[in-house]
Amino acid sequence: MSEKLIDSGNNAAAMAVQLAAAEVIAAYPITPQTPLTEKLSELIAAGEMDAEYVAVESEHSALGVCIGAASAGVRAFTATSSNGLLYMSEQLHWAAGARLPMVMCVVNRGIGAPWSVWNDHQDAMSQRDAGWIQLFAKDHQEIVDITLKAFRLAELVHIPVMVNYDGYYLSHTYMPFELPDAAVVKEFLPAYEYAHALDPQKPESLNTVTLPDSRNDINGVKQPGYMDIRHNLHQEMRLAMDVLEEIDADYQQRFGRGGTPIIDPYCCEDADYIVVAMGTLANQFRDVVDRLRQEDGLKVGVLALQIYRPFPTAKIAEALQSAKGVMVYEKGLSYGNQGALYADLKSALYPYPARPQLHNFIVGLGGRDIRTEDLCQTLKSACLQDDLSSPEQTDTPQWIGLQL
Amino acid sequence: MNIAAKTNVLNLSEEEFVYPGNRACSGCGLSILYRIGLKALGRDCIFVVPPSCLTVMQGLYPIAASQMPILNGTFASTAAIATGVRAAMKRLGKKTQVVAWAGDGGTADIGIQALSGALERNEDIIYICYDNEAYMNTGVQRSGTTPQGSLTTTTPYSGKKEQGKNLPDIVAAHNPAYIATCSASYPLDFHDKLIKAKEISGLKYIHIQTPCPPGWGCEEQMTVKIGKAAIDCGLFDLFEIENGKKQLSEPSKKLLKKEKLDSVRHYLSMQTRFKALSEEQIVVMQERIDKKWDGYRQEFGAG
Repeated sequence: MSEKLIDSGNNAAAMAVQLAAAEVIAAYPITPQTPLTEKLSELIAAGEMDAEYVAVESEHSALGVCIGAASAGVRAFTATSSNGLLYMSEQLHWAAGARLPMVMCVVNRGIGAPWSVWNDHQDAMSQRDAGWIQLFAKDHQEIVDITLKAFRLAELVHIPVMVNYDGYYLSHTYMPFELPDAAVVKEFLPAYEYAHALDPQKPESLNTVTLPDSRNDINGVKQPGYMDIRHNLHQEMRLAMDVLEEIDADYQQRFGRGGTPIIDPYCCEDADYIVVAMGTLANQFRDVVDRLRQEDGLKVGVLALQIYRPFPTAKIAEALQSAKGVMVYEKGLSYGNQGALYADLKSALYPYPARPQLHNFIVGLGGRDIRTEDLCQTLKSACLQDDLSSPEQTDTPQWIGLQL
Repeated sequence: MNIAAKTNVLNLSEEEFVYPGNRACSGCGLSILYRIGLKALGRDCIFVVPPSCLTVMQGLYPIAASQMPILNGTFASTAAIATGVRAAMKRLGKKTQVVAWAGDGGTADIGIQALSGALERNEDIIYICYDNEAYMNTGVQRSGTTPQGSLTTTTPYSGKKEQGKNLPDIVAAHNPAYIATCSASYPLDFHDKLIKAKEISGLKYIHIQTPCPPGWGCEEQMTVKIGKAAIDCGLFDLFEIENGKKQLSEPSKKLLKKEKLDSVRHYLSMQTRFKALSEEQIVVMQERIDKKWDGYRQEFGAG
């Protein structure tokens, strides 16, 4: 039986990991992820979850343990935030290059220095080129659903998956959500089997030094060089979007929720102006959209991006190319340039003839309050001034909510 | 272990797990250890290896020099990855021995945090550190275990200023189930210590002094002789620590009976890496050895 609960985002994630029957969990506490780690160790200690919990001495080792476990054919999970994710960075690249299916929840938080324990997306953004699939949840229900789908996706495409959700906005708030039936989850997510699992009966040397050029094995069969192996990762990561859609369709059939695994549009069908955002910010914009449509008669919509890597280029372009203007609001940036999401979006739209005017807004860094009023004002003025702005003006990110 | 049960060249297993023609340098101490060590460990093992000479020795994709399952991992996380493999074996209900095999850099320096964590958790793995006393795979740079006065490419002209880290002591402070020191010059002693380690649960740490002809500056046929000289002069000691109790192994234990040990000068003169040592440094080194052995004689008597 599925179960309706009111609980925190971190506990929702922990219960999803429990349902997914992860067998090796290694994590290092970091705010705001800590309660997720605590919940998992509590479930295991209480005998409610059958798994090995390894209390490691660092995030680098947390992912190291997952790399070892996944290489040996066992389902592994970890979670972190902020500097913890950055400390793992080398291991992220390693897990992706080794094509290890595993899932990690990243409870998004700003990066030091200076220290901030509050939310933004710079941690996830900084790891966008590591070769992980990056999914973003907007609410507690999505944390549960995306985490379950993430395990299946990782295991089908052999690429690790990062499930992102906003620190405090989701991790520490309580919301109602439905926890799927365990027996049906078991059918949805069959036991993990890894063809190249470490096994003395069938010895293989994994992640060996690989030369620039392809090379014959002892049977005279040509094997890939480093570049070919990396090309495979890229190609299969692009294909992962189709796989995610298939998984989502299956999930929807079994659990009744789904349909928007890649992009989640709200009031976009007739919209002249479309906001693009990730995570809770996209949900906050639904109120903004309602208000501007009602009070100002502006045809606005918001498109939530549910997957950031691989970047859904075609879907984004299709959804946005007929809009007059696109406003990208994001909680991170590539310092010295622009918002990373904005730059990606711009490049996705470039090949299309009907390119909307683009605007970039930076909000909520290090937990700076994102006032709905500010979102309304900036969106409204961007809509109204759209035709008057020079390309250089609109291409320069505007920081919202600066106090000094 | 009684003397009669000890492995010798007559009863050593003839089964080979390492293919000939691998990428080790000629005279490599590690290749002696790897060949003999694998005989002791047997087939039911999984290896975790960080960047090191062993990574290269085990072959470049898609060719492997050994018949074992090997997981190559990042430099700093050998003990953590081994922990993960061990946890997976537990889940799968397998007794398969997980063996982490790293160099001194991967153990004493960049890998020490993960090792300390695994020691504290008392993970059921064998951790082997082959200590060739510098970063040999990258071309002889100083490491934490490089001895004082030794010339390396990052301590040129006058040699390393600081004393080397004592890894077995650092490990011993974690009080693991089993610690042993070994030498590439006594591979059968290593063999038998591995056999023993396999039967012990918890973390087993084995530290091996591993002469390296290109790094130490000696002829390649001198590997075994130099390793023996290090032990005969009392500089490097073979011992085991079980349940906190230290015992010298035979090649070192027999020195307790000697009135006077060989001078360290002989050992130092066999290698060009020590040619920058001053007379004062050699005298200090000899004094340290003498003091250590005075302590051993008090602790262990005449053996």
